Amino acid sequence: MLLFLEQTLNGLQLGVMLFLMASGLTLIAGIMSFINLAHGSFYMIGAFVAASVAQATGSFMLGLAVALPATAILAMVLESGALNRLYDRDHLDQVLATFGLILFFNELVKIVWGAQPFYLNTPDWLSGSVEIISGVPYPAYRLALIVTGLAVALFLYLLIQRSRLGMLIRAGASNREMVGALGVNIKLLYTLVFGLGALLAALAGVMAGPIYAVQIGMGESILILTFVVVVVGGIGSIRGAFAGALLIGLVDTMGRAYLPDMLRLALPPATADNLGASLASMSIYILMAVILALRPRGLFPAHG
Amino acid sequence: MKRQFLGFSAAAAVALASTAAAMAEPVKIGMVTTLSGGGSGLGIDVRDGFQLAVDQEGGTLGGHEIELIVSDDAREPDRARQAADRMVERDGVDIMTGLIWSNLAIAVVPRVVREDVIYISANAGPSILAGRNCHENYFNVAWQNDNLHEAAGQFVKDEGHDNVYMLAPNYPAGTDALEGFKRFYDGGIAGEVYTALGQQDYAAELAALRNAEPDAVYIFLPGGMGISFIRQYEQAGLNEIIPLFGPAFSFSQDILGAAGEAALGVRNASQWSKDLENPANAAFVEDFIAAYDRLPSLYASQGYDTARLIASALEATGGNAADRDALREALRAADFDSVRGAFRFGNNQHPIQDIYMREVVLEDGVVTNKVIGTAFEDHVDAYAQDCRM
Repeated sequence: MLLFLEQTLNGLQLGVMLFLMASGLTLIAGIMSFINLAHGSFYMIGAFVAASVAQATGSFMLGLAVALPATAILAMVLESGALNRLYDRDHLDQVLATFGLILFFNELVKIVWGAQPFYLNTPDWLSGSVEIISGVPYPAYRLALIVTGLAVALFLYLLIQRSRLGMLIRAGASNREMVGALGVNIKLLYTLVFGLGALLAALAGVMAGPIYAVQIGMGESILILTFVVVVVGGIGSIRGAFAGALLIGLVDTMGRAYLPDMLRLALPPATADNLGASLASMSIYILMAVILALRPRGLFPAHG
Repeated sequence: MKRQFLGFSAAAAVALASTAAAMAEPVKIGMVTTLSGGGSGLGIDVRDGFQLAVDQEGGTLGGHEIELIVSDDAREPDRARQAADRMVERDGVDIMTGLIWSNLAIAVVPRVVREDVIYISANAGPSILAGRNCHENYFNVAWQNDNLHEAAGQFVKDEGHDNVYMLAPNYPAGTDALEGFKRFYDGGIAGEVYTALGQQDYAAELAALRNAEPDAVYIFLPGGMGISFIRQYEQAGLNEIIPLFGPAFSFSQDILGAAGEAALGVRNASQWSKDLENPANAAFVEDFIAAYDRLPSLYASQGYDTARLIASALEATGGNAADRDALREALRAADFDSVRGAFRFGNNQHPIQDIYMREVVLEDGVVTNKVIGTAFEDHVDAYAQDCRM
């Protein structure tokens, strides 16, 4: 039972991490109808900037404070200089162009920081573990991740549902021509949304730094999961991204934790281990297929 | 910058020498390795180690001119195969080396050796090339893939652990790794877990691991997977209660820089360490740091040994690589001072060598490895008996 609680926390933590990535991606996909494969590059750049600032100054928080605006500005420059030309193009063109950006950023990072993986230390006040449930020491840093992710979710909810900018974003997601026709500076809105998305990706990257490896190509592995979340949740929907991220996080964690053991009840151990490992890594894709079969537009489709 | 300069001056020296003396054709060496994208740190170290040996001789190997052609495979079998084909057919290379990954080696090596080109592996050592499919043109300077896992298995057993939790990615090298470990470790098994290749989050596995209460943990998680695991293992507070073991791949110098102090105390099996005491190693470590301003890794030592082996063979054959029989003969003799100490080839042309255990320590503020013991002396790989050579 204690183990189950711990695994639930683990699933929650992976979920909020995915949410940070997916919220930006789903906004960009929903509002600009733009498929941005380079979203993972912002995650990587955020982590690298934070790691180098933190190594130079010894302060994780300072690294975070520099990495977020730096990545957002880079993304906005990129959007207004190049990517906005792609909004009216075919999705295939967008995929090709942003795939090119992945290669570009991977090489750029290698030129600037070298090919060796980097590291980012947990801030001292978050190292060690906390016993939230007695008998289960849980890493304090992972708890902080969960809290941060939930706070960002609340902030995004208020931003989208309660603010004027949020109203425009929602309107843009429903009908962007109409928003433009009503005199809203849609170009500026797009740039801001793109910057916000990149900022959230950078936040995810910085938060991931101390637990994962800060290395070239780190964005690609999480990008695939992020796309699964976006598709499961419904493109353009923050609420869908939140539900989808938690669902994927929990299913992935629980699958890895319990599938091999469950199969062991019915199969010889060696087969169960192999099959369990394969099934666990497939579980989220099976879940995605089931959800899409039942609800082809995802759990919470944004467009009316 | 310095390397470029060395390269230029080496090239200039070669150009001058060839116009002056109109010497024999330079020996062409093709290197296909991973220089970009994920895992490029390994390929770059192999290349730099190899280049160091060439630069130390002022652009020659064994006193003979060589032409080194380097190509990037980006860790993709297709690109590796294309680059190798080009080197064999268009450039007419005599010797090839450089591949890091076993799946790439399996795709490339059999084609290359069939064309009567010598392939000397500086890293990958898949079992399929060591056993029944061994080939007179295929040499391996590093190890057979299972070797380091076997050594760790022996060591963990010798330490008296009898309830080990094992973890590896779910792909051929991962299952081979745990098989290799179990070949010499015969105690109890608290868990044998296969994770997705490239997985970054190990929270679920760590919770299950804690629950299984093993008395030792063995991991084979190369590259970024290892960094993530080691850090998360420490954050979960497990490093204080359950000792962690692994092969050198998860604890080589390139990984330790990123894993940081979380890796302290981990013991790992390796055929080389920078603190091994022999003159060849001392010179290698000193020159490597001077040339590249970083500590050499296991992979750099393997690249360096590959070049030194070629140098010894060229010296013995008088720089005549066209006579393949003589070249093979000279290579088989392995008449060079390996940075790992004693070194010779077995019947399948894989190393027979000592394998050491190292511990991750903090040395002058740098996290690095220190030799703490020997797991095997003159270890022969398990597939040599299947090779009819």
